Amino acid sequence: MQKDTLLQVEDLHLTRNGKEILRGVNLAVREGEIHCLLGRNGSGKSTLAYTLMGCEGYTPNRGGITFDGQDITGLSITERARMGITLAWQEPARFEGLKVSDYLALGMKEPSRERMEEALAAVALSPATYLPRAVDDALSGGERKRIELAAVYAMRPRLAILDEPDSGIDVLSIDDIARLIRRMATEGTTVLLITHRDETVPVADMASLMCEGEIVRNGDPKDVRSYYARRCLPCEVVGRHRGDRT
Amino acid sequence: MSDFEAILKAYEQAGGDPRFLRSPRIASLVVSGNKVLGANEVPGVKMEAEELPNGVRARIEVAPNTHLDYPVHLCFGVIPAEGLQEIYPEFEIGEGAKVEFIAHCTFPNAVKVKHLMEAKIRVRKGASMRYGETHYHGEVGGTEVLPKAEIAVEEGGRLTTTFSLTHGRVGKLEFDYLVDVAAHGVAELVAKAYGYGNDDIVVKETVRLNGEYARGLAKSRIAVRERARSEVIGVTEGNAPFTRGHVDCIEIVRDEAVASAIPRVYVGDDRARVTHEAAIGSVAKKELETLMARGLEEKEAVDVIIRGMLAK
Repeated sequence: MQKDTLLQVEDLHLTRNGKEILRGVNLAVREGEIHCLLGRNGSGKSTLAYTLMGCEGYTPNRGGITFDGQDITGLSITERARMGITLAWQEPARFEGLKVSDYLALGMKEPSRERMEEALAAVALSPATYLPRAVDDALSGGERKRIELAAVYAMRPRLAILDEPDSGIDVLSIDDIARLIRRMATEGTTVLLITHRDETVPVADMASLMCEGEIVRNGDPKDVRSYYARRCLPCEVVGRHRGDRT
Repeated sequence: MSDFEAILKAYEQAGGDPRFLRSPRIASLVVSGNKVLGANEVPGVKMEAEELPNGVRARIEVAPNTHLDYPVHLCFGVIPAEGLQEIYPEFEIGEGAKVEFIAHCTFPNAVKVKHLMEAKIRVRKGASMRYGETHYHGEVGGTEVLPKAEIAVEEGGRLTTTFSLTHGRVGKLEFDYLVDVAAHGVAELVAKAYGYGNDDIVVKETVRLNGEYARGLAKSRIAVRERARSEVIGVTEGNAPFTRGHVDCIEIVRDEAVASAIPRVYVGDDRARVTHEAAIGSVAKKELETLMARGLEEKEAVDVIIRGMLAK
């Protein structure tokens, strides 16, 4: 079945601190799809995620972002979020004194205890233990990442950008992440899954490979994964200017 | 509406539950302006209150080894738009007693109200006292509040105070608590305030650790926005061997508001240890953007972050 394009990125360029990080990114994510954005550390994946979300300091120099047919390039984070886009940060922020229950409720249209419990259970955290806790420094990095995923799941966004949900200590296993992402997709969320771990790719319906601020390959996840394993992992170019390539 | 009903309504606005002030099983003191509207004693708790031209002098005694099932509730307020209220309370917590006080000070209609409180608190040997004071000053900003306390914690005693002014306007606040802690005693002073408009906040917390192994904490959480101003002075002295003290101040500043912190630590014995941390800054960008990515406007996100900090 042909699905409509939900997110369209065209010729996106972004320069930060004098360095061009995104060098003409083109990407199309279809509605309902799980799209894996694969790439080595430093390839520009997180920068693309912040640019898609509209974070401060990530205004593109050129190119555009279209969501559900509407140009969102100049919209604020809040406006994008209210259209249904959200982001789970690779290293999520911590909030002194803010309870997990309140944090989960913030993004929910109709907050309910049942949905919060469901969301925490989906990331293998006990609701009874975690709902009253604060989203602060007392949580481990892994716990915090799980709560971030739970918050995104509870929100039921139209597009969830998940930045490296599989990296760090004490995070969910690849299988658990795959299960959660499939569950999101089943409930109508389109997922842009950002990762540098090729073993995460099989969960996706489509994959794109990013290198040096560009999408260099796009298509079937198996093919992209195979290319990444053969050509990208052994490569030593990442982090150097494109002109240095031999 | 009677004065008592009016103050109960104001008490509820300040976050209190009026049922506690009506219950004969719960010790309570209710003061509106300079009128004592209610003083309920329970076994082990004695209250004396004397009306003054502009306020009330009160003495609250908790008998030695009294352990109360319910907190003692105190309500001080001024209902008219203008007025002066001077409260001079004395708290005497007997040896080995354990008691909690929940105080609400409410000035819901304040346009020009001055509230002065000069408290003397003595926590006797081995006693434990928790004192929480929540203020509500209405939305005009016409309140001037000067809470001052001189506190002595005797050997092995324990005191925790929490002052909170986080809903409605602050107006002008000059908070000044001083506690002397004897050997093996513990004192924790916590002050929280959220100012905006042209609110003016000064918080001074002084903890003097005078006896061996005494421990103390002076903690403040202040947020200011618009043109508000805050100044926090946290003083901790380690004057005896093996004392441990800490000053912990966080201030969030937004818009054109101005915040300052002056932590002062003094160690008069080489076996004492006193530390301090003070952080002043805006809301962290990542925290802000995380909440905005959930659909909150920037202002709403700032408010959530500040209220979280103040809730802790």
